[in-house]
Parts: sequence; C-alpha cells; structure tokens
Amino acid sequence: MTNFLNDFRLATLCLVLGGALMIAAPLRAAQAEAPDELIRKLSVEVIDKIKADKDIQAGNPKKVSEFVDTTIMPSVNFERMTALAVGRGWREATPEQQRRLIVEFRILLLRTYSGALGQVTDQTVRLKPLRADPSDEEVIVRSELVSRRGPPIQLDYRMQKMGAAWKIYDVNVLGVWLVETYRNQFAQELNNGGVDGLLKSLSEKNKQYAQG
Amino acid sequence: MNSSGGSGWRSVSAAALLVVAALAAGGCATTRAPSDSGGVFSALGQVDPLEPYNRAMFSINDALDKAVLKPIAIAYQKVVPETGRRMIGNVFSNIGDVWVSVNNLLQGRFGDSASDLGRFALNSTVGIFGLFDVASDMGLEKHYEDLGLTLGRWGALPGPYIVLPLFGPSTLRDGIGFAVQYQTDPLQTLDSAGQRNNLSALRLIDTREGLLAAEKLLDAAALDRYLFVRDSYLQRRRYLVYEGKSPYGE
Repeated sequence: MTNFLNDFRLATLCLVLGGALMIAAPLRAAQAEAPDELIRKLSVEVIDKIKADKDIQAGNPKKVSEFVDTTIMPSVNFERMTALAVGRGWREATPEQQRRLIVEFRILLLRTYSGALGQVTDQTVRLKPLRADPSDEEVIVRSELVSRRGPPIQLDYRMQKMGAAWKIYDVNVLGVWLVETYRNQFAQELNNGGVDGLLKSLSEKNKQYAQG
Repeated sequence: MNSSGGSGWRSVSAAALLVVAALAAGGCATTRAPSDSGGVFSALGQVDPLEPYNRAMFSINDALDKAVLKPIAIAYQKVVPETGRRMIGNVFSNIGDVWVSVNNLLQGRFGDSASDLGRFALNSTVGIFGLFDVASDMGLEKHYEDLGLTLGRWGALPGPYIVLPLFGPSTLRDGIGFAVQYQTDPLQTLDSAGQRNNLSALRLIDTREGLLAAEKLLDAAALDRYLFVRDSYLQRRRYLVYEGKSPYGE
C-alpha cells in the first residue's frame, strides 16, 4: 500500500513538473536568448562540469560522450557543421550516407577533444562585445578562456538562429576554424573515392583509435 | 658581435631586399585583396603551388623529428621537473621579448613596444636573467609578434605555403621574416660558438617539448597530417595578422 502511495505521489509529481515544464518551455523559447549570453552560460556550465568530474578530465570515452551529448550537443547544429566540412560532396550523399558521415565525424571530434579536457583547471570565460544587429540570423561570438597559467585562448563560434534558439555550427580555436581545417582533408578523400571513400577513411581512422 | 657578424649582416641586407620585393608584391596584390574573400583556401592551387616539394619536406622533417628531436624532448620532459622546464622556457621567452618589442615598434604600437621592453628589463634583472616572469605577475602582459606578422600588417600577403627544412610550416612572407629574425637572433650574438649551439639546441628542445601535447591531438584529429598542419597554420597566421578583425568577414 505504501509502495502504491509512493508511486502515486511520484507519478503526480512527474505530471505536475512535466506540465510546468511544458508551459514554461514555450515561454522561454518565445524570448530567444542572445547568442553571446548562450555562449557565456554554456562555457561556464562546461567548465564547471569538467572541473567537477575526474572521469571527464581523464578523457573516459563513455563519460565524455554522455557529457557532450547532454551538455553541448543541444546547442550545436552538428548536421550543418558536418555538411559544411564535407562541402559539395554533401549534396551527392544519400540520406543514409549523410547520417553515417555525421556519426563518424562526431566520433572523430569527440576523440580529439577528449584528450584535451584534462587541461581544464582554473580557466574562466570572458566574452568580447558582440558586434551584431538584433535582426541578424548569423553571428560570430568571440570569447577568451583566461587562465593564470598562460596567455588567453581565443574561442570563437559561428552561430545561426534556428527558430527561436541559437545554435553553434563552427568553432574557432586560436584563430583556426574547425570546419575549414577539415574541408580540404575531406575534399581530398572525396576526390579519391567519393562519399564512400570519405566514409571509409573516417571509420578506419576511428576504428584504429578505438583499438589503440 | 662575433667574427661571423659580417656575414650575418650581409644575409640581413639580402633578406631586406627580399622583404622589399615581398612588400612590392603585396602592394600590387592589395588592390585586388577581395579575391581573398573566400578564405585562403578558395583557390587551392594558388595557396600551395609547391605541394609536391612541401609534402616531401614535411616527411623528411617528420622522420628527423621522430628519430632525434622527439625522443630528446620526451626525455627532457621526464628528466627535468616542471618548475625547471618553466624557468628555462621563461629565459627564452624573455630573450624573445626583445624582438616582440621591435616588431610592436615597427607596427607603430608604441605602448605595447614599451611594455615589452619593460618586461625584458624587469625579467632580466629582478627576474634573474629571465628565469622568473615577474613582469606578468606585475600585470605587464606577454605579447606575441614576429617579423612575418609585421610584414602582414604592412600589407604583404602571405604568398605560397612553404615547409622549411627543420623549422616546418611557413609562407614566403613568414619565411623571410623568420630568416631575418634568425640572423639577428640574440643567441647568435654570443661570442662562444659552443654556448651559441648549446643554447640554440636547448631552445629547440624546449619548444618541441611544448608541442608534445598538441602533437597527440594532431595524430588523433587528422585524416591527413600535412593538410591539417598546413590549413591550421595558414588560418592561425591570418588570424594573428588581423587579430580576429579580418576585413574578409572573419
């Protein structure tokens, strides 16, 4: 009986909370958060979570993957990021190939950045003034990671407005755009073996590291 | 100045001629600078006309690095404690501030130039030959400038990408800047050839040690290491020249 009551209470609580969220969500969405404000919040959240979690710092693949999916990916238009890196080949790819490109590219990037997460120590984020018009649908948000242990690290983001929310579709570290850095490497694979060739070399690279 | 000073200055004047040539070329090109608007990679053939040579040199550098420099850098990281490595890095960073100051002066950034000179004076004295970066603690921020960037700010375009023997990624413009700075490197003015070589070697090891972590990232991230390094280098240099204020919508 007490079990049933507990379950009942829990269910009611869920319903109430769920209802509240459903009402609140559209309200929140109606007034879109400014893109630089989103980056500031996201940066703080990401830094705090990394600092609080030894597994993430050590680059534990499962933990990092979960962390990225729950914390970062909701604010990223990863499909566009992949499409831009693949370039002209994207339109030639079938929907299934596109899906696989997204999956493999995500694994590649996750692995790359997993190794760097241990270096998050005392950093704080500093936003640079946003030079954009309120009506802009695409902006570049500039920020800096400030640390006592070295010079600041520039981190910039290309963002687009999707509905009411802003999404990241390219990242710049120290002046180097992620998409631009992969474009020529992908183009080379596309020239040599088409979309399948690119997929093959991506998945081979990922497998090689999964074993090592 | 040592006995090789004369030949050093001859090289400098030769390099200066090249600089003038590069500036002239840059000057001509600035009138159609918007053609650069698609990023440096819009016309690949023009960015890397030397690709066959570059790839070969990249492999040679890589092989040399794997055989000699990298093992030494790893050993250095193991043997010398972090505090010691930081101090050694500080010393070279301090010597480097002289050129940083000169470059800021050449770019008309007199405040920064004075601050860099102040850093050098403070760190060389209070900081004991640069072992301690006391200037940073006192709020004099470390800057980074080199002659390639100065030429870039004066309007010289980077020109073709060039992989230098031993020293790696560069461009025509940056290579010229590098050559001039190398010839007038404070370490090269030491009288004893032994000291000169030992300190140059130590600086190289110090630099390489600092790159060990980045190299791991490169191995994990790159489908083609050559392209990854080239495209990162060119973007990074472009960013430094325009400091995030590229006229091409960056």
